Amino acid sequence: MPKIVRQKIEFEGRVEERDVVLEGDDLPIWKAEQSFRIVGTPVARVDGAERAGGIAQYTADLYPAGLIFGAVLRSPHARARIRRLDTAGAERAPGVRAVLSHLNAPGIPWYNGLSALFDVELRYAGEEVAAVFADGAAAARDAMELIEVDYEVLPHVVDPEAALAPDAPKIHAGGNVLGGAPEQYTRGDVERGFGDADVTVELRAETQDVLHHSMETHGSICEWTGDRLTIWDSTQHIFGVRRQLAAALRIPMDHVRVLSRFMGGGFGSKNQAAKYTVLAALAARRLRRPVKIMFTRAEESIAAGKRPRSVQRIRLGARRDGRLVAIEYRGVSGVGAYRAIGTPLAGPAKELYACPNVRTEVWNVFTNTGPSAAFRAPGFVEGTVALDCAMEALADRLGLDPLALRLTNYAPADQVLDRGYSSKFLREAYDMAARAAGWSRRTRTPQAPVRTGGPRRGLGMASQIWGGAGSAPAYAEVRVNADGSVDVRIGTQDIGTGARTALAQIAAEVLTLPIERVTVRLGDTDFPYSPLSAGSQTIASCGPAVRMAAEEARRHLVETAASVLEAAPSDIRLEAAGLSVAGVPDRKLAVHELTGRMGNFTIAGRGFRGANPDNVTIRTWGVHIAEVEVDPETGEVRVIKITACHDVGRVINPMGYRSQIEGGVIQGLGMALCEDHVTDPDSGTVMDLGFDTYAMPRQSMVPEIEALAVGRPDPVANNLGVKGVGEPPIIPTPAAIVNAVANAVGVRVTSLPITPAKILRALHAASGAAASKPAPSGAVPS
Amino acid sequence: MPTAAVSTEPLHAVTVTVNGRAETLHVPARRSLLQALREDLSLTGTKEGCAVGTCGACTVLLDGRPVLACLLLTVQAGGRAVETIESLSRDGALAPIQEAFVRHDALQCGFCTPGQIMALEGLLRRTPHPSDELLRRALEGNVCRCGTQLRIQAAARELAGAAAHHPGGGPVAAEAARDRTSSHDVRRSR
Repeated sequence: MPKIVRQKIEFEGRVEERDVVLEGDDLPIWKAEQSFRIVGTPVARVDGAERAGGIAQYTADLYPAGLIFGAVLRSPHARARIRRLDTAGAERAPGVRAVLSHLNAPGIPWYNGLSALFDVELRYAGEEVAAVFADGAAAARDAMELIEVDYEVLPHVVDPEAALAPDAPKIHAGGNVLGGAPEQYTRGDVERGFGDADVTVELRAETQDVLHHSMETHGSICEWTGDRLTIWDSTQHIFGVRRQLAAALRIPMDHVRVLSRFMGGGFGSKNQAAKYTVLAALAARRLRRPVKIMFTRAEESIAAGKRPRSVQRIRLGARRDGRLVAIEYRGVSGVGAYRAIGTPLAGPAKELYACPNVRTEVWNVFTNTGPSAAFRAPGFVEGTVALDCAMEALADRLGLDPLALRLTNYAPADQVLDRGYSSKFLREAYDMAARAAGWSRRTRTPQAPVRTGGPRRGLGMASQIWGGAGSAPAYAEVRVNADGSVDVRIGTQDIGTGARTALAQIAAEVLTLPIERVTVRLGDTDFPYSPLSAGSQTIASCGPAVRMAAEEARRHLVETAASVLEAAPSDIRLEAAGLSVAGVPDRKLAVHELTGRMGNFTIAGRGFRGANPDNVTIRTWGVHIAEVEVDPETGEVRVIKITACHDVGRVINPMGYRSQIEGGVIQGLGMALCEDHVTDPDSGTVMDLGFDTYAMPRQSMVPEIEALAVGRPDPVANNLGVKGVGEPPIIPTPAAIVNAVANAVGVRVTSLPITPAKILRALHAASGAAASKPAPSGAVPS
Repeated sequence: MPTAAVSTEPLHAVTVTVNGRAETLHVPARRSLLQALREDLSLTGTKEGCAVGTCGACTVLLDGRPVLACLLLTVQAGGRAVETIESLSRDGALAPIQEAFVRHDALQCGFCTPGQIMALEGLLRRTPHPSDELLRRALEGNVCRCGTQLRIQAAARELAGAAAHHPGGGPVAAEAARDRTSSHDVRRSR
């Protein structure tokens, strides 16, 4: 009998109370010493042939018969009101079937009621004004230019600190601060803490707007069959899209089916339904034809979400031996024109290091820029730049080894929720990474900035804290077919992480089958519910459900075999896809022989994700060590190597693990050194409209990456002992690189991206200061 | 079949050899080869990443050399030979270059993968044993957001290096790759 309990659940850096339905008993947890056949061994992607073969069909690849193409006209102004809109010219254009705008589309509330599907007040350059639907994409775009709009241009603000000023343009009726006030947190007595401090270090950190730039742009295809809607969507959350579309269109959820079998990247930007899906659905209903809207790369740059820029100030107080006695943190996150939840910038400062006195404050500020979205460890990448760069500045100030300083401030328990951790093998991660990177080679940070001479090497470090526990609900079904092959059905997504492969490994492990005998079917709301592929939760949420479903199928196999082999079920062994009677080796049959005898009577299992253990905090941990070479005369940084070691519990697929680590590191590398989504403050328009102006790491920039895993299962987190790995590897990379640059040339540039120009400027500014008085190493005022 | 062109645009008849087969297309002048491949010929393995020549996702071979299909008008491809990702596998079996990508986990979401493979294929046909530097340069224009660059290098190095180090009889996959490369070389040389 299901019962409902209330639990604290962590997701994307935020903890909230949620009702959890307990359906029954979970399975016993896989023991640390248990040996496995497939789990924990490197397995090539089960869908690799489809993806490398060009056979995999992404949303962008579907062209159903009779397809109509939609294109969206977007506001050229950062803030404006539509005085007059005339779509008649576009409607008459060749090939055009329909034009939607506020004049004729339903007023569907959007962004939690802050706006509507088509709003007459436009709050960012790129906001939807109208949508044209035509026989071809080119025709739709041509016709878009025939729409006449008379805009009343209004004053705008794109800088979050400026948006906090009392006389700033008011972006929403409720003001420019999300939630009306900053998010605050206090423990202990910060003033007293600083009073007890022997040294204080203060540092300002700025991080830039960063774009996700998934290679498959955002887009949907919608098709109606009578009053039933099918949506093909490039999404991280098929069930979320179904729920949102059913609500927006006021139709029952069972009339909506969402499919996303292959998906070309999301990184958090595709966590929910967006307007284009609703627009395609509305047009498809009206035109009785399938309708497709895919973003162009330019639209991807202005209206697909971003990691919002931050301005942070952190002050650390410590005793001479390095013990932290106070942390004060203030962060401002410019969340764009629309955002429902704040950026958890303060997460690392609150929890990563042991400190009795902590005060944090985070302002989430609306600006007239594109909406922000979750982006791989939102808030924590930025927050780690502030915290962990301040930590190395502190280490340099005290003449301590930065690793020793971190160990001195090792937090054995969760100081925020005042409870223990399910497991924490960060010490082990430090140890493994330090040895692999040769941390003992690190020399002291130069006391004065180095402005001349040849390129100089430096080593820097940063730690990682993040969630990734996953949670209920998630469900799975396993079916053993007549030929002994297995279908797993689960309504999750594989957004490129390798979830399909890891889930296949789990099912194959339990059923003792070769992995080739298992097919994982996902990306379809006709399959059992699974959560969004975000928050590093897919394997930790879905994996335990798949295991339970496979275990149930296994039990049914054993019981059926017992009746055929005339033995007690407890005497039946399932090994290597064969069923036998213990101690009687010749009484046996293969799984496929058993299922073959059963014909279409099907062995099946259903599984659910059990609840997380109560009263314990589940975290992933890790550390990166960056080795860089800096040319002090040009300011150029070459990253030589990133050594990454993470504690993410049991690793199901070491091959997938390595790829996740490399992917996170490379995205972190881009954020540290070159990526910059620029909005012109005067016009409020976006300056980078694609890969020609938005610089992402290419082959020649990628350094050696050593991906290490602690690899110890979590003893209580879930029945597999797994935690997530998707987000952790991006978190420490930028901070580690900044610290390595500081270690090389003696200035800590904490304004991302750390371009050669910024490094040179900092070197010059700091040596100017050094001339007047001997500069302490560490934080550079910026 | 989707009609990309609206009724007022004049259509041009173009014959292109696509994956060894002559295809006659009727397209408006502005229709890119990428659109024609994807929408008129249903060869959706070639991806659109940007449509303006900045990402390499639409890389195909034109007369054996890698080009960006989004920057080429269909009418410009008239009388020439185009090869797409779909041409590499035979009867559902992956080509060695594709197998190497899978084996090295040189793909994550997979959206840029066909372009990466075709760019590398183009290089290896001309230069079967490229240096690491040449490999990286040949793939510099192919954007991957998931971060598979090092895995792609590993796959490419195996394809390039294994043949070089075992000229008489390397690993089966590498040898097959070389055979395949030389047969294409013969066919393309003129």
